[in-house]
Amino acid sequence: MAEFKTVNSDGSVTYRTCAWSPPGCHPVGCGLLVHVKDDKVTKVEGDPEHPITRGALCSRCLALPEYMYHPDRIIYPMKRAKEDRGLDKWERCSWDEAVNLIVTNAKAVSEKYGPESIAVFGGTGREGNDYYSTFANCVFGTPNAVYAQPGWSCYGPRASITAFMMGGGYPEIDYAQKCKDRYEDPAFTAPEVIVLWGKEPLRSNPDGMFGHSVVEMMQQFGTKVIMVDPRMTWIGTRSEYVLQLRPGTDTAMAMAWINVMVEEGLYDKDFVEKWTYGFDEMAQACAEMTPERAAEICGVSAEDIRAAARLYGSSHPSSLCWGLAVDQNPNGVQLGQCLLSLMAITGDLDAPGGTILGAGDPHASNAARSDSVADADEARDAADYADRLEEEVYANQMETAITYAYKYGLMTEERYAKKIGVDKYPAIGAVMWTVAPDEFLKALETGKPYEMHMAMIQSSNPVGSAISGEPQRWHNALKKLDFNFCTDLFMNPTIMSCCDVFLPLATTVEHDAIVVPHYSLNMSFFGAERKCVQVGECKSEMEILLLLGNEIFPQYWGQFEDETDYIRKKSGKLDWDNLCQEVIVTNVEPYYKYESGMLRADKQPGFPTQTGRVELYSYTYEAFGESPLPYYEEPAYGPISTPELMKDYPFVLTTGARRQEYFHSEHKQVPSLRKISPWPEMEINPADAAALGIEQGDWVEMASPYGTCRQRAVVTPTIKKGVVHAVHGWSYPEESGEEPTLFGNWRSNINVLMPNSVNGKLGFGDTFKCMICSCKKVDGPGEHASPKESEVYVEPSRAAEFTLAQTWRPATAPEYSKGA
Amino acid sequence: MTQNALYINYEFCTGCHSCEIACRNEKGIGLDDFGMKVLEDRPRQHADGSWHWDYIGYPTELCDLCADRVAEGKLPSCVQMCQAKCLHYGTVDECAQMLTKKGSKAAIFMP
Repeated sequence: MAEFKTVNSDGSVTYRTCAWSPPGCHPVGCGLLVHVKDDKVTKVEGDPEHPITRGALCSRCLALPEYMYHPDRIIYPMKRAKEDRGLDKWERCSWDEAVNLIVTNAKAVSEKYGPESIAVFGGTGREGNDYYSTFANCVFGTPNAVYAQPGWSCYGPRASITAFMMGGGYPEIDYAQKCKDRYEDPAFTAPEVIVLWGKEPLRSNPDGMFGHSVVEMMQQFGTKVIMVDPRMTWIGTRSEYVLQLRPGTDTAMAMAWINVMVEEGLYDKDFVEKWTYGFDEMAQACAEMTPERAAEICGVSAEDIRAAARLYGSSHPSSLCWGLAVDQNPNGVQLGQCLLSLMAITGDLDAPGGTILGAGDPHASNAARSDSVADADEARDAADYADRLEEEVYANQMETAITYAYKYGLMTEERYAKKIGVDKYPAIGAVMWTVAPDEFLKALETGKPYEMHMAMIQSSNPVGSAISGEPQRWHNALKKLDFNFCTDLFMNPTIMSCCDVFLPLATTVEHDAIVVPHYSLNMSFFGAERKCVQVGECKSEMEILLLLGNEIFPQYWGQFEDETDYIRKKSGKLDWDNLCQEVIVTNVEPYYKYESGMLRADKQPGFPTQTGRVELYSYTYEAFGESPLPYYEEPAYGPISTPELMKDYPFVLTTGARRQEYFHSEHKQVPSLRKISPWPEMEINPADAAALGIEQGDWVEMASPYGTCRQRAVVTPTIKKGVVHAVHGWSYPEESGEEPTLFGNWRSNINVLMPNSVNGKLGFGDTFKCMICSCKKVDGPGEHASPKESEVYVEPSRAAEFTLAQTWRPATAPEYSKGA
Repeated sequence: MTQNALYINYEFCTGCHSCEIACRNEKGIGLDDFGMKVLEDRPRQHADGSWHWDYIGYPTELCDLCADRVAEGKLPSCVQMCQAKCLHYGTVDECAQMLTKKGSKAAIFMP
């Protein structure tokens, strides 16, 4: 293995390191070779010695120098007077002044209104995810960490329901990522079949999975693929079956698969007998969902449904990869329950080539990355007993920093209990560390149960186009706060419209940290993320945590000399200095961990649930007031639920299929990447396009009852008639950032069409993948567009809960029994 | 002298564009030009319902098969960075053998 640092003959230096963020990415930890000359990164390559990526690298990291040295990047702290919000009147300031402004305002707000009136926003899956609840709980003393997507609909639902039903972190397809010799390892068997359900791993930003491993296994081992997706994709054209279902009807499809596999005996009877609980009840719950019935609901032939389920059930090993479509669906908790059941009843759960589980962190090094994100072991324990969940979450999330915070009164139990919305949706608070997002938005707007006064916006853009629904509401609500500051790299709509101080962040190659795939929930390796250069005065989120922590709560944060000291002290048995030398340490983990006691805190065989088994009948669901067994619910908006409304909005709208060159609302200013995808694109079937006079490249205005946006048409047979797909994440960094334009934030922003508060019973799920809209051809992108402010149509069954007059601990809050 | 070439298994070229940027970075090629270019034959359905959708990365006249890298014992930049691992560098004979073995949806390029 090459060293971390190699000095080349021309005096340049090559560093080996692993990537996370910024720029935005999930913890896949791809291997980088970073070439540096005169303290400047000249080129980034893939690291051929990285065991997972083996030299491969996607366009975003290949273009990293363009991003790092972009003229628009902000590399010094900046401030702006509150009355100038929305105007480009930023002034450079020193770190001391920026920190002083933040600390002074935080103290004033805390004293006047209580620390709970401060909120800390985090973005999706970025490295900052590990810190925003720590900033909230252990620096500002507020319970209100916020992930602004309606229904927490990204990864959180999947992680939570895994904890509820079986533990084992996060289930992932086996691509020999935990085998010492990868595909050549004798312990590994390649999957015969991989099901990609609501996930396109080649283009998406998988949360720890190296997406192209699917293509590697297709080539090397002839692995077959089955896709369940409303769109035909490139990988779909190489798949055995593509079930192009109506968006949002996945639960019916999954229940039909269970129906077929039970009916035809295509399950592992021995595994089901020994390791699952409630199989008969599950079978019964799916008995009426025949392929014929699912065919009617989903718009896919019963023959194909049956054939796909048969292929999955009769191939061994078979593996199932679930995607964001599980989360962005109010019926997704039931979908996830069915998919976990499908992973289990094949008997290939945690088997070679099956769907593998995580055993937690063998080095107890999670704390190296955070003082507050739930530790995998303890999160699993927490799932044991529903009545212990809240208590456990304290223990998990707070760890040492929170112990200090309680000891010194920075946080109190009374204040922590004021975390907004988790009284209404306790299941969200059980595993995730934040408020219930939809409820929090109402609180921001109404001042109930209490007024919010300040926000830290950490690597997130809730006024933008990625995670928030109705960003127009977040825009109005955040503008009103007394003081807001952000950590980021480029100006964006949220910062321009709402913030007063800008703290510049260091990229993934400008700071030290540890990257662990799947946020430690199913880790295949530990990667050293190393500082290769300094740009301007940028700092990492960890450095900023220590800096602000030391000012506000020195009793705890004062013990760390610097970020290296912090990492070293908190890296457990994982020796940071050794990791720096090795760059990557593979987490070699055996298969069948449920047999050897590796999944349970008490080291007994089985799964960390109340019954010790995979709970196909879920006691935890039941304890939270949800049905213990799956059921199908129609999408809130659609031909069955809102036929009248569809006269005006006749298309089913699904959104957010990824382009690999962009991460959510980022990267649009990077020339190499923008060249690949210059415009936001919506996909429409040729028959629909012809009927509307829309041709390839035309601008199309899409509208829902909540608002409108414009994107350019891709006329393609890959999307079915009656369905359109629109990309998310678009604004135009090349345009004026000032209000009201905000980098063209309202022009192509599909989230403007998406409501909040359309969640499932547990509070999870939204409409991002199953909405309705109208489409019409327009002449061009249009001038500046303003978000629609008029009254909105509220889908009837949820009208009662869609009220801005939220009261604290409303009488209607679900009572959940203490234990089952 | 043995002639070298680039073999591509375009059944599995996923159209990720990594080769294009890796090549530009290596050869210092401007944003509007290409040493390696990904072409797309856009999706369509055949009469029997099966689908066609191909990408293929191919080297232009600016490609010298990364002679300098190869001399240092490295792979050409596009081959190393290819996410799908569908590109291979070798002698014409080696590439021809791979082509024969693959039997379909593969090509050899000598830029």
